[in-house]
Amino acid sequence: MSASFSTSAARNIFFGGTVFFVLMFLALTYDTEQKLPQRDQRAQLANPAVAAGKRVWENNNCIGCHTLLGEGAYFAPELGNVYKRRGPDFIKAWIKSQPTGVPGRRQMPNFHLTDKELDDLVAFLKYASEINTANWPPNVEG
Amino acid sequence: MQYKSQMVAKPYFIGALVLFVAQILFGLIMGLQYVVGDFLFPHIPFNVARMVHTNALIVWLLMGFMGAAYYMVPEESECELYSPKLALIMFWIFLAAAGLTVVGYLAVPYATLAKITGNDLLPTMGREFLEQPTITKIGIVVVALAFLFNLSMTFLKGRKTSITTVMLLGLWGLAIMFLFSFVNPDNLVRDKFYWWWVVHLWVEGVWELILGAILAFVLIKITGVDREVIEKWLYVIITLSLITGLIGTGHHYFWIGTPEYWQWLGSVFSALEPVPFFAMTLFAFNMVNRRRREHPNRAATLWALGTGVMSFLGAGVWGFLHTLSPVNYYTHGTQITAAHGHMAFYGAYVMVVLTIISYAMPLMRGRAANSNASQVLEMWGFWLMTISMVFITLFLTGAGILQVWLQRVSTTPMGFMATQDQVALFYWLREGTGLVFMIGLAVYLFSFFKDGKSAA
Repeated sequence: MSASFSTSAARNIFFGGTVFFVLMFLALTYDTEQKLPQRDQRAQLANPAVAAGKRVWENNNCIGCHTLLGEGAYFAPELGNVYKRRGPDFIKAWIKSQPTGVPGRRQMPNFHLTDKELDDLVAFLKYASEINTANWPPNVEG
Repeated sequence: MQYKSQMVAKPYFIGALVLFVAQILFGLIMGLQYVVGDFLFPHIPFNVARMVHTNALIVWLLMGFMGAAYYMVPEESECELYSPKLALIMFWIFLAAAGLTVVGYLAVPYATLAKITGNDLLPTMGREFLEQPTITKIGIVVVALAFLFNLSMTFLKGRKTSITTVMLLGLWGLAIMFLFSFVNPDNLVRDKFYWWWVVHLWVEGVWELILGAILAFVLIKITGVDREVIEKWLYVIITLSLITGLIGTGHHYFWIGTPEYWQWLGSVFSALEPVPFFAMTLFAFNMVNRRRREHPNRAATLWALGTGVMSFLGAGVWGFLHTLSPVNYYTHGTQITAAHGHMAFYGAYVMVVLTIISYAMPLMRGRAANSNASQVLEMWGFWLMTISMVFITLFLTGAGILQVWLQRVSTTPMGFMATQDQVALFYWLREGTGLVFMIGLAVYLFSFFKDGKSAA
């Protein structure tokens, strides 16, 4: 690298550039927070079942096999839109009937959820399915 | 090795390599579960194996970074470490916390672990990569603070170089961003938004500072090129990393409920993210070509060059492959993501930790470099692991393309599980290649026990 470009110039560009882009990122974060209420279905959080369902989701590490809005593990189906794909009754019946025990097939553990936990989880999945995700996924299969 | 206290790096490096073995073993279990679904079920369900696989990776890389910092900072600062004793105590606390957490994952159902660790008091568990019980997260913060205190005190009393400045900035950034792992709003969109402040701003942000600093340190030592030249490169690389990577976070904000302008911002800035990695490749090769001495540790040179190339391929090229939002619309959350994740983590962070281990371990064992026989074995390990990782990535990419086509592009889209059956061949190939990786790792580890002393 050319001798006329000194280390201290490089360092100043680093600190200046970093501070500038950190501030820009924070400004965009602020703007995002302002626009989120139109997209994130936060009104549904008034129903305590949604937050309780998120706890059920987290406490059983569902993300360890499934994706939720495309993030998570890629071992089992996307669940961000499962409410639309399968509906509430199927979801509950499916969870209760695990594991299938079919030899050689991927197995989902039985998490021994109570009826209330199942209802909470479904409320959470319904909420997730109604978030405005810019039309992702491309089709209902997730 | 110039300072006695640099020796505290040794247990960190050994601990890191032990966890590396655990990571790969559980990776092989998961890889097999992709095709033999009920393998080890119900004893080790997939989600448990995955937590061990990813968490072991994160912890061993952190241990590697800590070891690197304990080795580099005294030498760069030209003074002994502030408190070697504190460093050793923290190592054992960190290892015990990691060990107990893994035992927790394996011994009881995750919900039980959440209950007995009081997750409901401060719910942070059950999110990808941040599955650790809240108490473990608090432990990580304590260890990180003690570590940063120790190093910052050393930094302040000694010579301040660009390398230690960048290294400490990276490590402080790492610790500060980790605090966002305690932010878990009920609002799923906000949860995901800030979750990326840990995950993305680590691996595509502050970790790149640590990576650059470690690489620069090793290159100064093995090439003898002027510090002035290397430090200038370092600043240019990390500038490029942060100006692309900060707004580049937007490539995770396409489909999670965030405003749609992120599709533009994320696409444009993250399309530039390969640039700093390409600069890193040029940097490594340039410095080695301009070397002023023939360092006897050729294995360390190979790892340094390998980091330059593989981080560009894995993080740069495979990242670019699916980072533009119209492409990502189809590839988001498929095996394409997994392909990128594997080569990026290996090429950038695994390889840079193995670079510093390769350089520093012989010195801590009282020799400039290992014997030729030992280095040849180490280089066999390098090639077996690196080539395996290239093929793992290619097979996962093949699986991903087929998956995207069948499940998302086709006019008659298949369901997820039906699609998985169609791509099974690629998963078998990946598993076979994973076994070769394991052999490579075994050869690499064996090189540490091969008569290292003779004819160094």
